[in-house]
Amino acid sequence: MKKYILIVGIALIALSATAQKKNAKIEFEVAGVCDMCKERIEKAALTTKGVKYANWNVQTHMLSLIVDERKTSAKKVQHNIAAVGHSTKEIEAPIEAYNNLDPCCKYNDEEVVKDHEKNE
Amino acid sequence: MKSNLMKSKIILIILVFFPIILVAQNTIKGKVTVQEGGKINGLEGATVYWLNTNVGTTTNEKGWFTIGYKSEYKKLLISYIGYRTDTVEVNSNSELIHLLREDNELDEVNIKSHKKARFVSVLSAANVSKISSDELLKAACCNLSESFATNPSVDVNFSDAVTGTKQIQMLGLNSPYILITQENIPTVRGASQAYGLTFTPGTWVESIQITKGAGSVVNGYESIAGQINAELVKPFTDNKLFVNLYGSGNGRIELNTHFNQKLSDKWSTGLYIHGNNRSKKIDNNDDNFLDSPLTKQINLLNRWQYQNTEKGWVSFINFRYLNDEKQVGEINFDPEKDKLTTNAWGGKINTNRFDTSVKLGYVFPETPYQSFGFQTAYSNHKQDSYYGLRIYDIEHNSVYSSLLFNSIIGDTRSNFKTGLTFTYDGYKELINTTNYDRIENSIGGFFEYSFDNLDNFSLIAGIRADQHNKLGFFITPRLHLRYVPWEKSVLRASIGRGKRSANIFAENQQLFASNRTINILDKGGKIYGLDPEIAWNYGVSFLQGFNLFERKGDIIFDFYRTNFINQVVVDWETPQEIMFYNLDGKSYANNFQTEVNYNIFDFVDLRLSYKYYDVKTEYNSGSLSKPLTPKHRFFANIGVKTNENNNSFWKFDVTYNWIDEQRFPTTITNPIEYQKPKYSNTTNLLNAQVTKVFSTKFEVYFGGENITNTTQNNPIISADDPFGEYFDSTLIYAPIQGSSYYAGLRFKLN
Repeated sequence: MKKYILIVGIALIALSATAQKKNAKIEFEVAGVCDMCKERIEKAALTTKGVKYANWNVQTHMLSLIVDERKTSAKKVQHNIAAVGHSTKEIEAPIEAYNNLDPCCKYNDEEVVKDHEKNE
Repeated sequence: MKSNLMKSKIILIILVFFPIILVAQNTIKGKVTVQEGGKINGLEGATVYWLNTNVGTTTNEKGWFTIGYKSEYKKLLISYIGYRTDTVEVNSNSELIHLLREDNELDEVNIKSHKKARFVSVLSAANVSKISSDELLKAACCNLSESFATNPSVDVNFSDAVTGTKQIQMLGLNSPYILITQENIPTVRGASQAYGLTFTPGTWVESIQITKGAGSVVNGYESIAGQINAELVKPFTDNKLFVNLYGSGNGRIELNTHFNQKLSDKWSTGLYIHGNNRSKKIDNNDDNFLDSPLTKQINLLNRWQYQNTEKGWVSFINFRYLNDEKQVGEINFDPEKDKLTTNAWGGKINTNRFDTSVKLGYVFPETPYQSFGFQTAYSNHKQDSYYGLRIYDIEHNSVYSSLLFNSIIGDTRSNFKTGLTFTYDGYKELINTTNYDRIENSIGGFFEYSFDNLDNFSLIAGIRADQHNKLGFFITPRLHLRYVPWEKSVLRASIGRGKRSANIFAENQQLFASNRTINILDKGGKIYGLDPEIAWNYGVSFLQGFNLFERKGDIIFDFYRTNFINQVVVDWETPQEIMFYNLDGKSYANNFQTEVNYNIFDFVDLRLSYKYYDVKTEYNSGSLSKPLTPKHRFFANIGVKTNENNNSFWKFDVTYNWIDEQRFPTTITNPIEYQKPKYSNTTNLLNAQVTKVFSTKFEVYFGGENITNTTQNNPIISADDPFGEYFDSTLIYAPIQGSSYYAGLRFKLN
């Protein structure tokens, strides 16, 4: 009986370990337009405890993260990204944070977006 | 009892009505308006937001909005692109009408991307300036040694009047103190030190990175003044076909062809062929010596590139073969008849070189911040040469191998590189009848930590330990710091140690174009009887970007000091002798440089630089400033690029150099006609180039070198008696060749 408990126990630990991966890949969309946005988004992501790697793609607007799931979650990262002015589908950036963005980063402004497309 | 009932009724009433009261207070209504042509209109789509909350809405087509309200909400933000964002204090839930004013500032935001051909990296902790392919094109000709013409961090000097070789310097120190790498594999070193830079054709170079100061420990322990890395064109990204043809009035012809072929989505290969030839004998200064050597070069490079992004593997395999022949000396010298005779003074320098290298890189697909790299390179460099009656042969077999692992500590703000390096250098050297054969090998390990807070601070701290059969066991520490004290500025500091064995003959090969006797004064050391060179380099650099009349610019101040613990002193201070000995006393090089880059008009970039050098060494005859090193230099470059029209445009580029007087080593004991003054004249050099780009496929260029026709009078001492004891062609401060003009074309096919 004791053996079974032990086995189940180990299995549970292993399971919880796999459920909470040390190097978990997370990907979600973050609103933004330019390389300055990229710097800001990646910095906000990386300064979140537990985030090891962050890369935001200017073209696809996808943010790829590698995180330690025991220490953080997508939501925490999204919250920190919103705080510096970049919205995600889940968390809208507060308007004053959005307003604080550099003029060229105002991703809700169609003209700014168009201007970047022109440059590309 | 009654009162109790009453109480419960009241409570009930409160309970029933309170939510209604709450509901009544739950929203606030308002209208956002703007002034349009004297009329006040409602503004559709304006954002209305409570400060520090997630509660917000937008206005309808008439400008009206309704937004949730709580008594703790005090400030309402109203914004619309093109209008000033306003904060409105709200103390009651009464209706609110607000007029937004236009924001004029926004109209002035013009995002103009202006690609600079050269930039000092603002993000890197090391003082790295990068020369892009755009900048490389400004110096249309022809090899790596000529690529620095428009970069003030690197000075180009002339080594001697016979071979016409250009020597580069950084921080007032000669190129042996610079670690020159090709795709991070040390290349211009050992036997190839004197001519190695001329063995990389300019069209092969994709970009160059110049690091001032100590440099990184990853590439070894040899760099003292700085590092220069050349990235070559790559089969995957280079043009399918590229042809460059160049011809100059002084008889130099060059041909470059690149063929690149994609074999599959993972494999690509490139074949790069370079040939140059100069067969025209020119002697404009009538000293009976060729102003520049007759040359012939064949240079072939074959690269294989493998790329598998899914699995994370990348690889390069390179093969290179070079044959270079130079003929120097008197105009009527015929190598067939006059070799090693006193019929006429002349020489030949024949170089055969074979290189091969393999690079393998792997990026862990699951953790892209982790990678490892392996590179190994082998080269055989064989130079057979004679200068007058002196024979100089050198064969250098070299192996360089390194293994590197890169990962993070915590997150990507902190990362490290660690690995091992192995080197082998076998030298066979013959001077007349004396052999100087030796083998050098080393094995070392390194660890480099970098931290970047992604904002205003970063650092790179590296250390390596090496065991070398001639240099012993030693530690090489290096540190680079970067700090942004305020907007648009960067403050950098670096400190580092370097150690190397001096290849005294290969590095000072110009001595053979003189009749100076060679004397090595020390006997106890392991390299030619001499000790290894050890130096510390310290540097501070400050960059400030600015906007003047709405145009971008930056100003840079650099100060670097190199302090030699030991140096192999190259002493030219006795007229008929060259001496090599270990430093006994002080030797240092101080360098101050200031540089301004400014975009004066649309399409016009200006670069100005002033440099100050104080390079002193304790010679046997006392402390002296380094010979043929000017104290002051001034540099100016203007680049113009006209508007693109169907990919067609003009480019103009002018570079001016003013060089201060330079000290000649003493010639006081020579007969009066063979003496030089104490100091040279100042020199003015002017180069210019015009490029017309017709399309993405075709462009032509023409230009002039040394347009002011500045030359040195009587560059060769005792040119009339080249076998006499006073013959010396090494005291050169200015070009031998006067003005010359060239033209070329480039054709690309993708």
